Amino acid sequence: MSDKIDQNRRNFVSTAGKAAAATVVAPGVLLHTLASAEPRAEAVTSKVRYGLLIDTTKCADGCSDCVSGCEKENGLDLIKKPEGADDYEWERQRPRWIRTVKVKDRLTGHVSQLPMMCQHCEYPPCQDVCPTGASFRRADGIVMVDRHLCIGCRYCMMACPYKARSFIHEEIEQKPTIAPRGKGCVESCNLCVHRRDNGGTTTACQDACKHGAILFGDLNDPNSEIAQAMREHNNTQLRADLKLNTGVRYRGI
Amino acid sequence: MKKIHYREWGIESPRYWGLLAVLAAILAVSGLAALYMEHEGHWVTGMNNQIVWGIPHVFAIFLIVSASGALNVAALGSVFGKHIYKSLGRLSGLLAMALLVGGLLVLVLDLGQPTRLIVAMTKYNFKSIFAWNIYLYVGFLAIVAVYLYTMMERKAQGFYKPMGLLAFVWRLILTTGTGSIFGFIVARQGYDVAIMAPMFIIMSFAYGLAIYILVLMYTFKADGRELGDKLLFRLKNLLGIFVAAVFYFVLAYHLTKLYGTKNHEFEAFILRDGGIYTTLFWVGWVLLGLLVPMGIVFHPALGKSRGGIIAASLLVILGGLVSMYVIVIGGQAFPLPMFPDKVIIEAGFFDGVNGAPLHYAPSLPEFLLGIGGIAVALTATFIAVRMLKFLPASLADDVVDPHHG
Repeated sequence: MSDKIDQNRRNFVSTAGKAAAATVVAPGVLLHTLASAEPRAEAVTSKVRYGLLIDTTKCADGCSDCVSGCEKENGLDLIKKPEGADDYEWERQRPRWIRTVKVKDRLTGHVSQLPMMCQHCEYPPCQDVCPTGASFRRADGIVMVDRHLCIGCRYCMMACPYKARSFIHEEIEQKPTIAPRGKGCVESCNLCVHRRDNGGTTTACQDACKHGAILFGDLNDPNSEIAQAMREHNNTQLRADLKLNTGVRYRGI
Repeated sequence: MKKIHYREWGIESPRYWGLLAVLAAILAVSGLAALYMEHEGHWVTGMNNQIVWGIPHVFAIFLIVSASGALNVAALGSVFGKHIYKSLGRLSGLLAMALLVGGLLVLVLDLGQPTRLIVAMTKYNFKSIFAWNIYLYVGFLAIVAVYLYTMMERKAQGFYKPMGLLAFVWRLILTTGTGSIFGFIVARQGYDVAIMAPMFIIMSFAYGLAIYILVLMYTFKADGRELGDKLLFRLKNLLGIFVAAVFYFVLAYHLTKLYGTKNHEFEAFILRDGGIYTTLFWVGWVLLGLLVPMGIVFHPALGKSRGGIIAASLLVILGGLVSMYVIVIGGQAFPLPMFPDKVIIEAGFFDGVNGAPLHYAPSLPEFLLGIGGIAVALTATFIAVRMLKFLPASLADDVVDPHHG
């Protein structure tokens, strides 16, 4: 009798154990299966180097669609002015990953407009100066910030020749999952890295530009549209004197 | 030279506790300011995405630079064998540690993520001078602590000279590291020069000594100890020489920048058209911080009066803070030369349209945090001299004999 009860007990414990294990492990297995189907399951490789070619001759005067496209994609438009903040100060404290700049040649007077963002240097000064290694460059050329390591010292912002980085000055209530952010960390354009990791082939700024002034692609692939365009047309780096070998190049300035 | 005796700071209890109470009140206000900025975020400060380092950095860097300078008095006694300064070594080491702790606290409390200090202590990027500085600062505190022990413990006296040398070399490397925070920034025209490191070293000599002189005079006066003219005049003459050396470095820095055409606009900004930065440079730093104190300490009458020496030291400290403001904030306020051949005529992120300087209006909490750093240094110093034998019982002329120096 007691043997039978023991057997029943054993069967019950065994079944319950299997059920519990299945409940815990199955979603993991499922997720793993899903994940391995995504490009992000593959290690980032230096065989590719992502970059942008910006044709300033196409960049239309007064247009800032790339800015709104970026802000919508990366949740910068969700950031609200803190209560009690001064408008004048806040405009200088709110983060921006991309902005438009209009420049005039000192000698010729030639005017051009262009979007400015992180230039994704091969030798990024922000990475050099970062004490914790939070500023880093991925193998595929994307320069970004590891938000878990950033202590908010802003030395990278001192060192960036392009003023491309922003510090989060306030508590963030709403943030998209693709661009999590928090008060006290530094961030900047990451070439829509979430799209890279999900197999996307464009950036938000490129999609938003109806004038076709922004072209994203793999600079290392000789057959890519961007590599061909760069080979065909002369283009320049901003602050080429610093020899940072930027991944963002400009035509027409 | 007579044997020097050391004695705890003996000012009357009510006065001592009153002093600590005042400092505690300052610390409380400063702590609240830090908490407020940390809780709300940096939008409550004047700092922004254009001027990223503000008043806290002015105070923090000033304190860190002064800390290494305050240690020089001890080095004169041990490394350079000037016996007259030997009796001043203990206070020198103490002030060096206290000032460094004060400066570091300000720096850490201004971080966007101060609670991630542990990340900064465990994850290093050795190409960053900031990462090196973390080692240099912690090492400085440890080395000076041991150095102090060799001064105060008879059994450890054999290590006094080697520790003195190690501490001196370490402090030179430390200030080189602090100056290189700016010297290594290739992006900005005000920085990116090797002279930053030696200039910071010479600044540290002057600022650290000015603070040392004031603390020495105050602590001695407060409990009626005698501080003879022989030693004090030596210190003030040394201050005059250090200030003159800072002046020389400022000249060398600006003449070098002025020579190259590419920096003419930056120089015009600091020296002529920069508004507050120009005023602070000429009036605050050059005139009040360098020329006037030099005039005072070498003046035949003023230089020999206690009031004159106090005024000169105060002016050097004020000029020191102003110098940091001009370097740290002025260097950021001048727009980045992103398009060297072009003028920016419109920009979506305040990039210096038509060369306009970038905006920074310092806020009260930033000042309170910075002043808190000074209060930390003074509180630590006053507690230590009260508890332990840091101060010589007397530095009267017949106790310290310069002819042996």
